[in-house]
Amino acid sequence: MSKVVIKAEHISKQYRLGLVGTGTVKDDMKRWWYNLRGKEDPFLKIGEANDRSSKGESDYVWSLRDINFEINQGDSVGIIGRNGAGKSTLLKILSQVTQPTTGKIYTKGRIASLLEVGTGFHPEMTGRENIYLNGAILGMRKHEITRKLDEIIAFSGVERYIDTPVKRYSSGMYVRLAFAVAAHLESEILIVDEVLAVGDAEFQKKCLGKMNAVSKGEGRTVLFVSHNMAAVKSLCNSGIVLKNGGILYQGSADIAVANYLAGESDSLNHKKFGNDFDFETLKINEISINPKGLTSDEILDEYHELEFQTDINIKTQPERLHLTYVLKDSNGEALFTFSTSGVTPLRKGNNHLVCSFPKGFLNIGNYYLDLYIIEDAKRAVFHEPDIMAFTIQEGPRPLGGWMGKEPGFIKPVFEWVNL
Amino acid sequence: MSQKNTTAEQWDSVIESRHSLFDINLKEIWHYRDLLVLFVRRDFVTVYKQTILGPLWFFIQPLLTTITFTIIFGNVAQLSTDGAPKIIFYMAGITLWNYFSTCLTTVSGVFNANASIFGKVYFPRLIMPLTIVISNLMKFAVQFLLFVSFVGYFTFQNEIQPNSWILLTPFIIILMALISMGIGLILSSMTTKYKDLNQLIGFGVQLFMYATPVIYPSSSVPQNYQWVVELNPLVGLFDYMRYAYLGVGEFTISDLVYPSIFSIVILAVGVLVFNKTQKTFMDTV
Repeated sequence: MSKVVIKAEHISKQYRLGLVGTGTVKDDMKRWWYNLRGKEDPFLKIGEANDRSSKGESDYVWSLRDINFEINQGDSVGIIGRNGAGKSTLLKILSQVTQPTTGKIYTKGRIASLLEVGTGFHPEMTGRENIYLNGAILGMRKHEITRKLDEIIAFSGVERYIDTPVKRYSSGMYVRLAFAVAAHLESEILIVDEVLAVGDAEFQKKCLGKMNAVSKGEGRTVLFVSHNMAAVKSLCNSGIVLKNGGILYQGSADIAVANYLAGESDSLNHKKFGNDFDFETLKINEISINPKGLTSDEILDEYHELEFQTDINIKTQPERLHLTYVLKDSNGEALFTFSTSGVTPLRKGNNHLVCSFPKGFLNIGNYYLDLYIIEDAKRAVFHEPDIMAFTIQEGPRPLGGWMGKEPGFIKPVFEWVNL
Repeated sequence: MSQKNTTAEQWDSVIESRHSLFDINLKEIWHYRDLLVLFVRRDFVTVYKQTILGPLWFFIQPLLTTITFTIIFGNVAQLSTDGAPKIIFYMAGITLWNYFSTCLTTVSGVFNANASIFGKVYFPRLIMPLTIVISNLMKFAVQFLLFVSFVGYFTFQNEIQPNSWILLTPFIIILMALISMGIGLILSSMTTKYKDLNQLIGFGVQLFMYATPVIYPSSSVPQNYQWVVELNPLVGLFDYMRYAYLGVGEFTISDLVYPSIFSIVILAVGVLVFNKTQKTFMDTV
């Protein structure tokens, strides 16, 4: 039976929005007055769920509301959610940077947090001096650091600069050194926030490998916050999805990621237009994109065959028309066009057009589609830019491999022969 | 199953919202003692890196201030120095006052100055004020050496007569450290939320210098302002410095009773207030 090492009970965190200034003294007085009479804080009753995009009624919001979970020893848990979902707040509470407004967290073992690598590095001091300082900030004793010094320096890969002030370091070297210190902490629980955002491919691989060794090999518990779903999937065995300060899902990492992505895209891969595009000559009903054999609610990942489906009603002269899509990248640069011209004729009445992209054709990233209906191969009778936006997600990748994006927008699977 | 275990199992620590006021984890501070040492070292080593005069700056500042004070307060305003040579009289006051005011202002700004590091990682926050007090103590020690060498010179010239009271110096310094840290801690907790205080502290400390016998002997304070002298816990300490090292003014051991009690009370209050603030200051800073 696995041992529970972190147990959170009814964790909530309230923040006051807007300027802390006038009004705070008044609220403080009121709080103090209630407290004096042994009553509950009056401001705990108000406040609303934290939704970044909609304007709220009150100045108080709940960044986290009634969070409960248990984490077993040796688990590596991915914490995922949109910006503002409460991930950082949760980590801050776990690493004791701030305390919860209500609730309790029981922990077993030392917690080390890596909220931002290189905290406390002093630019004027050498790499070696900073290893000691940073290690001590993270809770290591001096003799522990001395014992691990060689290992840390070797892991960081900046031996040559170790007696140079860190202000002369490149940002990559800086991060390498900082991560090396944190990775060698002797803590039972390690909290990691977005380390993959920095460093080159080789170092990312090293970090993920180290984190995997920490959780699987040494039986330590890792809490990992990332927006890189590929990394979460390969590294973590369980996941917690946060949404607006509450837990949306808790369970296996794969399902957590799927849950998060499904909530994220809000089924953007399927659009019904109603009467938006109803003209004399034609009417566009629906556009959807789905992985082959699956519905458009599924996430689009880099490994699936994709089907672009267009439902269009042609009212007059279908033989003079054809349909063209322009695929654009997130900067709005056109990548290529694909068209029915010369491939499949349009009919009068309903047309259900399906265009298939081969497996793995599009690289991960955000894409936009422009739709054109062309008459007589020269004149656009209909043009709607950005009619559809979609995202290709990372699929599961082998651990220890590169988790980022390969260069380029397409990565077609060509035929190879080894003669 | 696990529900039942919660009460029975031994947890290492509990993170929760309500803490008793007196919940100060001294064991934890002890565990982080290496950090304290490294921080002090960092402060000491890095201040004058990439400067030409380097550690000489430790001497230049008190020397120039002493000269200025000697000219302004001694020669122009002609304030009494109880008969002691002006230079050594002002230097005694300035050396002690510098330590007090630097500690006080730096400790009171500790949350704002370290917000970025406090926001990222947890370590006992009390380490930071302790670092400030101790690294300033190092700086003070250097400046005190300068003062002692001046005392030596004037003693040799037979202008002043130090006495055996000087053996009490470490105790006086500790009192000074405790009082400045205590007041600083209380102010630091208040400045996190009400930034107005930052403005106040800057010139408040300056004004406080004039309410303390730094540039004048406490004997020269008029009768109707004597209550200020009696309330100010620093008066005894400055009187001590002049009496022990310059042999001027009046001082008895009973003058240290009030500063001693004051230092312990103010430090205790400071630590309690600081401890309460440190848990949520990240939300308000």
